[in-house]
Parts: sequence; structure tokens; C-alpha cells
Amino acid sequence: MARLNLILLALLTACALGLVTAQDKTRKLFAELEREQEQAKQLDVEWGQLQLEQSTWAMHARVEKIARERLHMSLPDAKRTQVVMPAAAGAQR
Amino acid sequence: MNYAASPVLALRLPLWRSRLLLVLVAGGFLVLAGRAVYLQGLNNDFLQQKGESRYSRVLEISATRGKITDRHGEALAISTPVKSVWAIPEEVQFSGQQRAKLAALLEMPPREIDKRLNDATAFVYLKRQIAPEVAERVSALHIPGLFQNQEYRRYYPGGEVMAQMLGFTGADDIGQDGIELAFQSTLAGKSGSRRVIKDRMGHIVEDTESIREAQNGSNLTLALDAKLQNLAFSQLKLVVDSNKAKAGAVVVLDAKSGEVLALANLPSYNPNNRSRLSGAQLRNRVITDTFEPGSTLKPFTISVAIEEGKVRPDSMIATAGGTFSIGHATIHDAHRFGDMTVAQVIQRSSNVGAAKIALGLKPEDMWTMFDKVGFGTTPRLGFPGAASGRLRPYKSWRPIEQATMAYGHGISVSLLQLARAYTIFADDGELMPLSLLRVDAPLVGRQVISAATAHKMRDMLELAVQPGGTAPQARVVGYRVAGKTGTAHKEENGGYAKNKYVASFVGLAPASNPRLVIAVMIDEPSAGQYYGGTVAAPVFSAVMGGALRMLGVPPDAPLEPLELPPAGAQIKEGV
Repeated sequence: MARLNLILLALLTACALGLVTAQDKTRKLFAELEREQEQAKQLDVEWGQLQLEQSTWAMHARVEKIARERLHMSLPDAKRTQVVMPAAAGAQR
Repeated sequence: MNYAASPVLALRLPLWRSRLLLVLVAGGFLVLAGRAVYLQGLNNDFLQQKGESRYSRVLEISATRGKITDRHGEALAISTPVKSVWAIPEEVQFSGQQRAKLAALLEMPPREIDKRLNDATAFVYLKRQIAPEVAERVSALHIPGLFQNQEYRRYYPGGEVMAQMLGFTGADDIGQDGIELAFQSTLAGKSGSRRVIKDRMGHIVEDTESIREAQNGSNLTLALDAKLQNLAFSQLKLVVDSNKAKAGAVVVLDAKSGEVLALANLPSYNPNNRSRLSGAQLRNRVITDTFEPGSTLKPFTISVAIEEGKVRPDSMIATAGGTFSIGHATIHDAHRFGDMTVAQVIQRSSNVGAAKIALGLKPEDMWTMFDKVGFGTTPRLGFPGAASGRLRPYKSWRPIEQATMAYGHGISVSLLQLARAYTIFADDGELMPLSLLRVDAPLVGRQVISAATAHKMRDMLELAVQPGGTAPQARVVGYRVAGKTGTAHKEENGGYAKNKYVASFVGLAPASNPRLVIAVMIDEPSAGQYYGGTVAAPVFSAVMGGALRMLGVPPDAPLEPLELPPAGAQIKEGV
């Protein structure tokens, strides 16, 4: 009888310790999840800001201004334009 | 003396004393046990709440407002987190140095800070929507009584180019105008909350329940093409500035789908900095303003006449003399030509011709046409303040009114309605529904006139932009263009203002298979020119040419430089 009790006591202790470890692991993992979610949110915000920045830098008015003023680009006029129709291009091949 | 010999042991006490003690102690335990049962089992809410409040917290989960992008996914409006600084004035204590630093960080004079703190006792915002980096430096000052909370601020990278179209949001991220207001329920996010358990260090250790799921706002993809929009805005700006006009507006529609590809207004404003705004800057003239369209309405009158079989494009109309009297009123043309064909009435924009054709029609038929193309009804866009225009019931028309309505007076429309109405000529008689959002499935229009009539009208409208028409400036190299000018006196105090005009042009291209409909309106051009053909048509030509090139539409005309008729020889339209 006493032996059975001792075995049960040992089992109980083992289970209790297991529970404590499991709980501890859960909390650690949860904290990690929380951190990752926070980071995901941060990255999302940053993505939005980067998109904003990209849109601002790529504003068509700005691109056009740089192309015209700094790179001295201009639209070709009708005299210097030749149109190749898709159908005609296929026939030539 | 040993213990056993102690005389105290020999003392015999009365039995009741020990019994009394036993009862008292037992009673005390009973009371304690009863109290314990009461607190643990019967009335445990209060203590449980107290206990929970030591470790359990309800956290707000903020939701972001949806993005607005153009049809190719380019961001037009994005929300990003910012901080607001607020204070409990009674608790604020700072040194003079701290005050100066705070003022510098918040970019406001120190006196303004004092004033805000003195005006309120419980709560006051010092500054809303500051950048997160600045907010961090403010909190590094460690001023007691100063707090921050997170808010969202919306940025518009497009700035003034599409300000009236997009609108803006207020300080609480709620749409106030334009698309932001029209699609508020789609864009807005719903913030949620959840209950968590925190440890001593403030780390979250367990998620106990989700009280409300946070829901981010949906993204919105507009029909707008940012590149086209920029082209339309910059060309409009050039012409509005050079003609010293009060205002101007352009709208570009996809003729096949009815999508609004570009919509520009002047004067404009920067939605990212709205400190000084006037009503004129905020107005979306394309959608919310109406005007008397003038001659741009003639094609509709003539379509009715062709549909009814009253005239053919080559029928002769007696317009010789250039005047026509109905009762006391006289209608004038700008030039005196001999008699003209119906096609020439459109080409030279003859008021007399249009009036004579109109008087051969039943008022009911004209009204039905105007009504079918959408005049007098608010376009179903959900856009705040969309105008319906004015179309009076035909039963009250007098003959002179019917005649003036033939060339666009006595009726008012918005520029958007006008552009949409022209889709019947672009799309073989079908009127397309309008859409501010990108349309992925092809839409079905409503047949208003027959395809044959639409083709005839297109041919006539092509004549109007040829030399000999009212708007040779509207032509585009490499493409066949069809369109119509309009010049009208402005309505003022119930009459027409003598020297104030609205110049307009509506057209479509390529005429062989129209892709775009563009309508231009210039309000009060005051640098000498005021005809639609000289003021509005150049905007049309520049925007149409650029747009067709950007969209890669194959040319349907030879690429030859265009020649304009010599100055003074241009045909002016009747006003």
C-alpha cells in the first residue's frame, strides 16, 4: 500500500512539474507571438510610409520636370514620329 | 522546586471557565468561516474584480483606414500613425527651459502653449497629428501632466492635382469631402479590443478573450489614372493661367466603360496642408457645378431631328441673314453665311440653324432626348453634392425657349453630365453608366439613338474641328477627332452677364473607334479670348493627344503636322 502511494506521489509530482513547464513554455511562446505581431504591425506601418514616399518621389509632375529640365528630354513632334501598326509589323516578318 | 510539586497544579478551577473559553474560540472560528464562505462563494464579484484589475487589462486594437489607389495601384491616399500631445493643465509643471524646448518641438510660440494651458483645467490638446519622431522627443522631456495618444493621419501624395476628386478626412480620420466622404463606410476601419493578462513587468502573458475583432478598412481602387490626371491638371493649369480665367475643369471618360479616368479642377488646394481654404478651391466643378452649356448641346437637338427623319445631314436649312425672330426675341449668328446644310450648322455652330431645326420638332421629343442622356437627373455616383442640373418639363416650354434650348440656353448641366451624354456619339448610340471605381467587367449601356444616327453625328462633329469649323485647335496629330465647341454668357442675377463667358469643348477620339470622351470648361476667360474654340479646344487637344499616346491607341490618321487657319479667319460660333 505504502509503495503504491509513493509511486502515485512521484507521478503527481512529475505531472505538476510538467504542468509548470508547459505553462511557462506557453507564456514564452505567447510573448514571442505577441512580439512578432507587433513587428508585423510596425512593418505594415513602414510599408505604408514607404509607399507614400514612393508615390511622392514618383509624382508624374516631378518626373516630367526632371525629364525636361535636367535630362533635356522632349516629346518628338509629328515629323519625327513613325507609327508601326501591330498588323503591319506582323506582315513584314 | 520541581514541576510536579507546583501548587498551581493543585488548584481546581470551576469547569465553566474552560467551557466558556472553548465556546468563545469556536464561535470566533465560526464567524471567520462564515465570512470566508460569504466572500469566496456568495458575494465574490467585488474581490474578483479587484484581483483581476491587478493583472488583466483591456487593450484597444486600432484599425487603419483603407488606402485609395488609382487604376494601376498607385497610392493616392494613405493613412499613417501620428501622435497627438494633450495635457491635464492642473498637473503640468515645467521649467522655462522645458517650455522653450516643447514650444520648439511643437512649432508653436511659447505664449500659445501658456494660453492653451490656462484656458482649460481638465483636458486640452496641445497639438494634434505630429510625426512619431517628434512625439518621442517630446516624451523625452519628461514633463508631468503631458500625455500622448496615437491617431492616424492621411497623406495625399498627389497634392493639388486630384484634391477635389479625393476630398480629405478630418482629424478623426473620417471622410469630409469627395471620395473620402462618398466611400466612408468602405474605407473606414472598425477598431476592436481584447482582454489580456499582464505580468509585473507589463508583458502580456495570456490572451483571455477577444471582445471585439478589429477590422481594417477596405482599399479602394479608383477608375482614375494618375498619369492621365496629372496631364489633364497641368494642361488645364496652363490654359487657365494664360487666359486669366476664374476657374476651369476637365473630365476624361473612357468611352467604352464609362469610367472617369481623370477629373481636374482649378483653382485647387493642397490636401496635406489645409490651413487656408476657400470655397472656390474646394469645389468640384465637374460634378457639383452646373452651367448653361451653349452650343455643345446642338448635336443632341440635331440627333432628335435625324432620328425622327425630319432632316438628313445634307438637308438645307434657311439660315441666310444670320438672324431669326421668334415673337419679340431675335436669335443671332456670329457670321452671315448663306443657307447651310445640317452638317454645316454643326460645323459652323449656327444658332439660327439649330433653332429652326428645333422648331420643327415636338417639345416632347426634345425633352425625352435630354432626359434620356441624363440631363436634369443626378448621376448615380454617390459623390457628395453631385448636381442634377435643370431641365424644365416640356409642357411649360414656349417656342422661344424651345429654340434657345436647341443651342443650350435655358437648360443647365454639369460638365460630367455633358461628357457622359457624348458617350452616345462615341458608343454607337449607347449611353454608358458612369463609374468612379475601376470597372473590371464590361458594362452594358442603354441605347438612346440608333447606331446609324450616331455615325452620322460623329461625321458631322469631325467637320467642326476641321478648318472651316469652330475648333481647328482641337485637332490631334495622328488621330481623327470629333467634337463641339460651346460658348455661353454666364447667368447672373437672373439675366445674362454681358462680358462674362463660359467656354467649353466636348469631344471624342479616335473618331473611327472612339476610346475617350473629354469635356473641358473654362470659366470667365478674361485675357481677350472667350470662344470655346480658342480657349477650351487647346486643352482638349493637348489632353487627348497625350492620353491617346499613353494608352497606346493606334493612330487612325496620317502623322502630318496640322496647320491652323490664319488668325481672324477662324469661324466664330453664335453666342
